[in-house]
Amino acid sequence: MEYQIVIAGFGGQGLLFSGKVLAYAALMEQRELSWLPSYGPEMRGGTANCNVIISDSPVGSPIVQNPNVLMVMNTPSLEKYEKTVVPGGKIFVDSSLVSRKVERTDVEVTYIPATKMAGEMGIPTLANMILLGAIVKSTGCVGDEAVLAGLKKIVSAKHADLLDANLAAMQAGKDFVK
Amino acid sequence: MQEKTLMKGNEAIAEAAILAGCRHYFGYPITPQTEVAAYMAKKMPKIGGTFLQAESEIAAINMVYGVASTGKLAMTSSSSPGIALKAEGISYLAGADLPALIVNVQRGGPGLGGIQPSQSDYFLATRGPGHGDFHVLVLAPASVQEMADLTGKAFELAMKYRMPAMLLADGTMGQMMEPVVLPEPKEPNPVPPAWAAVGTEGKRFHNVINSLYLDPLTLERTNFERFERYAAVERDETMWEEFMMEDAEICVVSCGITARVSRNAIVEARKRGIKVGMIRPITLWPFPKKPLLAAAEKVKSFLCVELNMGQMKEDVELAIRCKKPVDLCCRVGGMIPSPDEVLAAIVKANEQGG
Repeated sequence: MEYQIVIAGFGGQGLLFSGKVLAYAALMEQRELSWLPSYGPEMRGGTANCNVIISDSPVGSPIVQNPNVLMVMNTPSLEKYEKTVVPGGKIFVDSSLVSRKVERTDVEVTYIPATKMAGEMGIPTLANMILLGAIVKSTGCVGDEAVLAGLKKIVSAKHADLLDANLAAMQAGKDFVK
Repeated sequence: MQEKTLMKGNEAIAEAAILAGCRHYFGYPITPQTEVAAYMAKKMPKIGGTFLQAESEIAAINMVYGVASTGKLAMTSSSSPGIALKAEGISYLAGADLPALIVNVQRGGPGLGGIQPSQSDYFLATRGPGHGDFHVLVLAPASVQEMADLTGKAFELAMKYRMPAMLLADGTMGQMMEPVVLPEPKEPNPVPPAWAAVGTEGKRFHNVINSLYLDPLTLERTNFERFERYAAVERDETMWEEFMMEDAEICVVSCGITARVSRNAIVEARKRGIKVGMIRPITLWPFPKKPLLAAAEKVKSFLCVELNMGQMKEDVELAIRCKKPVDLCCRVGGMIPSPDEVLAAIVKANEQGG
């Protein structure tokens, strides 16, 4: 199974970070992967996205044309990417921020009020990780142990408290899709 | 198994350069290659190296000239508009027969253009980026692993043949992360070569690093000598990769990011029964003329996939002596063709049948 993942929303929502967690987790599992961010001015408040491919064979193009996993954190991203998802693919929507429903009927959609949940949990900047927890749980694209090991690589020892917050957010996402 | 680390392409270049023994980096920031400079700024002071943000690209390349004159590994990095500014300095490096690494993480042009990926500096790189009759080695990585490997290779070849080398990447390659196995570290700044200008201690006649020859006959001789070295480079150092070429009737020619996209399209086309393969040039100068000419005897047609208006296509036509038709599939300005677009071009080429 090759996971072709697009993570999209506004700059500043931690989208690239979410992708990085997946990438590091895949690295821990010694799988093939690529991580490709959008870059430039759009990172600073405009739309941002990142493409992650996790595979058991070498990755061809790092650019995801038709994702089988899509995570969207704003309406413009849903407009842009909904039609690109492969039939049977999974879409994860932050329903606190995306005003409409997915129109496709041949895809599996999970609506999570992630931004609202993150606010209630006192970790308003970690809505991205709630959605990511749901993705990991629902797709099994990477294992829990690998995610933890990956997170430890990215979150420096200086900010150990952030590691706990990230894990709590992911757990909330996992519990939501149970 | 060797340990894999996850790095951006730009970071892989910087780390690989350090591991190759480079301790002198001079640059000026420009998107999409700034991570090279950022990495060097962080790391060089810790290992006794030099990171210097120059006042301009022109200053940076001339600082490279200075360090290279002492026989040490020196480098600079920039993106397309910045590379154009360095052209004069690169010509001086070539004229003085100095080794150096110039990294070009290309963005769309001409002019200030944009900041998204491009391969539109193909001519600039392969035709000798500056005035006068010269070449630089041009290496085109297609993965983060190759960003690291070819950085080391570029230094090695530059030193061996006393000529500048250019790593010709693009914004995608610079920004993406992939697992990479880093090379073994080499001795930084080993014993300077015999030609280096490092002081004589009164024991020998001094070395002169210079590109000015007012006597035409002498200047002609330096050009002839340089091109003899170029012939050796063409003979011994050409690199390319073949993919599914055994029974191919269509030969895709592509490098860098578009080779990655083409790979997907080729796999898809094969599922549809189209016999297509790819020759991916890894060195753009020297260009893999021989394998292309050999392929021309077997395939019906060629298809160049590029992020420019067909610059490499001209080299392919020259290499195959126009024996077969060469089609072009391209996007420019920062756009990248999708695998479907390349597939459509392959299907079209297949229908035309050469």
